[in-house]
Amino acid sequence: MKILVPVKRVVDYNVKVRVKVDGTGVETAGVKMSMNPFDEIAVEEAVRLKEKGVATEIVAVSMGITACQETIRTALAMGADRGILVETDVELQPLAVAKLLKALVDKEAPGLVIMGKQAIDDDMNATGQMLAALLGWPQGTFASKLTIDGTTASVTREVDGGLETVALALPAVVTADLRLNEPRYASLPNIMKARKKSIETIKPADLGVDPAPRLTLVSVAEPAKRKAGVRVASVAELVAKLRTEAKVI
Amino acid sequence: MTALVLLEFDAAGIKQPSRSAVAAAAKLGEVHALVAGEGVAAAAAAAAKLPGVTKVLVADAPALAHALAEPMASLLVALAPAYSHLFAAATAVGKNVLPRVAALLDVQPVSDIAGVVDADQFVRPIYAGNALATVKSADAKKVITVRAASFDPVAAEGGSAAIENVAVAVADAGSRFVGAELSKSERPELTAARVVISGGRGMQAGENFRLLEPIADKLGAAVGASRAAVDAGFVPNDYQVGQTGKIVAPELYVAVGISGAIQHLAGMKDSKVIVAINKDEEAPIFQVADYGLVADLFTALPELAAELGKG
Repeated sequence: MKILVPVKRVVDYNVKVRVKVDGTGVETAGVKMSMNPFDEIAVEEAVRLKEKGVATEIVAVSMGITACQETIRTALAMGADRGILVETDVELQPLAVAKLLKALVDKEAPGLVIMGKQAIDDDMNATGQMLAALLGWPQGTFASKLTIDGTTASVTREVDGGLETVALALPAVVTADLRLNEPRYASLPNIMKARKKSIETIKPADLGVDPAPRLTLVSVAEPAKRKAGVRVASVAELVAKLRTEAKVI
Repeated sequence: MTALVLLEFDAAGIKQPSRSAVAAAAKLGEVHALVAGEGVAAAAAAAAKLPGVTKVLVADAPALAHALAEPMASLLVALAPAYSHLFAAATAVGKNVLPRVAALLDVQPVSDIAGVVDADQFVRPIYAGNALATVKSADAKKVITVRAASFDPVAAEGGSAAIENVAVAVADAGSRFVGAELSKSERPELTAARVVISGGRGMQAGENFRLLEPIADKLGAAVGASRAAVDAGFVPNDYQVGQTGKIVAPELYVAVGISGAIQHLAGMKDSKVIVAINKDEEAPIFQVADYGLVADLFTALPELAAELGKG
């Protein structure tokens, strides 16, 4: 079974993002970029399935500017076999990404798509569900456990009250939550090997998709800052203040 | 212009996040509500009492029993032509179902909104809430999930909407519910509680979360945890408050032994009053706390329980 793993290049999770002074977005110039952490988990899961002999080939896909090749290289160093870059300068939103991925799935015919449940930049949490919809495939979102048994994927999902398990007829789309696994670090030999793996570059037009965004960004603002309050000296003072000053108990 | 809101419910009625979604939708005009599931007459009656809802659509079918995304999305797509906006709370169900609906309608969804500007423009947090984006949708129909903590929920009672059954034709979409392991608790749900008390890595062990219980009992609080406490195995993941867990905004949030990582703050910084108890006076949590107590939690928690008992 072939697995397709979409990976997104995002501002590194350790970077404290700053809103641009003119309110047109967040500062990304000169900022460290990395693979979306949830996508790393997706790559790891795919690699483990290959190590178990369930998957035969892993194709890592990224979309955006040329630099997204670096993100694909990271996936290749973790164990993906080859890469596809859908190259465009257009800002891609989840609907466009889902359409582009659908076109790639039609071409590549994977048995499973595993991707992060959300990207940590736009926090949309939508692309996996949208891809499943466009393909008419079942979806297993927010996965904390995945097992493949023949033609069925069993997905344990993180839901509000605990865990839920669904059985999906393959092919299917699975989105990775944090506890699915702990991604490996790529070893130096594997990083070197990844340089020799192939990355194919194509354009949205080659896939017959119009990637134009549907949402326009009107403005970006900093959230209201909380002011630090007061220190209390004792539990008694704390309770007194909560009763008489804050009036919340 | 009429909005349709997908409601979630349990034996106690319509869930609070869904009532917040109704509040968000009501900012734009008329609101209809959808109750979908199996054996949902009681939930439909509860939905009809929500103030601001003028009609309740009821879809009752075995295929809808577990709110799986595939049949729920088919249902919503079938109902969509009559509506300008489709809403749901940004819960596990809403986040699972609505993007699927959006794709089938060729719409870019607007996820996790924290504000409604007008019929086309919405405010939503990005970068884990470190920035607030105002976005304008060019789609004819809007598909929206609502950050419940950002909208005061409508009351559970006060309205009297008409109830209308809708036909459900749901094809097999390849998914099947197998089972669920839900945490059993007598306490309120994290996202609906008026008071939340959360423990962090400073709790040192899962059994020490018992120290939070007498306090939670006295305050009627839900018990939560930081990601560090979940990752350390102290408590299950559904306790997690933060960017990768639940977003809460209670009247009172008590953070115990929580350092205040950005990822935790993203889940609770909209709480009305924040209390931090931590022995490290440099802990970042104190920068957002209204009341900070520098103390060893193992002495402070029993004291707090005793002090509340005096009340």
